[in-house]
Amino acid sequence: MLPKLFFGYFAIVMISLSLVVITRRNPVHSVLWMLVLFFHIAGLYLFLNAEFIAAVQIILYAGAILVLFLFVIMMLNLKEEITAERFIGEWPIGVALAISILMLIFFSISKITAGPQGQHTIEAIKAETHTKAIGKVLYTEYLFPFEIASLILLIAIVGAIVLAKKRG
Amino acid sequence: MVPLQWYIGLSAVIFIIGMAGFMIRRNIIIMLMSIELMLNSVNISLVAFSHYLQDLRGQILVFFIITVAAAEAAIGLAILVALFKNKAAVHTDEITEMKG
Repeated sequence: MLPKLFFGYFAIVMISLSLVVITRRNPVHSVLWMLVLFFHIAGLYLFLNAEFIAAVQIILYAGAILVLFLFVIMMLNLKEEITAERFIGEWPIGVALAISILMLIFFSISKITAGPQGQHTIEAIKAETHTKAIGKVLYTEYLFPFEIASLILLIAIVGAIVLAKKRG
Repeated sequence: MVPLQWYIGLSAVIFIIGMAGFMIRRNIIIMLMSIELMLNSVNISLVAFSHYLQDLRGQILVFFIITVAAAEAAIGLAILVALFKNKAAVHTDEITEMKG
């Protein structure tokens, strides 16, 4: 009973926070509400026994990506944003499309059958600690994708500098 | 024990809210934040699957998604800054240069 109550709190707060994020007029308010949302997502990860992912979520999303958003918002002019129209003219079509896709997903969720169980049971992870278990899988089975991820980050660094520098 | 379907349902609802935000907002910054919202909802479902199937691969995939999300945010915001330098507009319906 208690886990369900816990999940219910997280679900209600996360859904209402994401609705708040996409409807605020001022982007700064949206970013700050999103910060609260990311902390709740990290809490849900802890609830799912993924401690390292929860830490990465707070450090990377709440610490890095949202600060990047705030920096860019500070560079832009927000005076007219406060009074401008928030939504595009065709917004009822967008909402109707979203709700119909949601219905489709909910019909298919009831048909889910779980696949075969893996070998990383809670006891095995507990004996090895979560970070070590993840590191072992990441650096043995997924070493090549890991290297490709570093290449993606390199491209992002170079691309951001090239795009944002002055023409000269 | 919370059923797996609840997590998938929560993830689907947040994904759809992000999708709706991407479609109906005029402001590019909020649209980029909606993309982050969608990526996060997929992360929730991946971690839930990883926990319920007792397999760490879902969490490895979450790492790669976080990497791609960081790269996407950096590039997207750089494009936004470049756009704002050339044309002081953050509203998508005012950017019509490529309209035929």
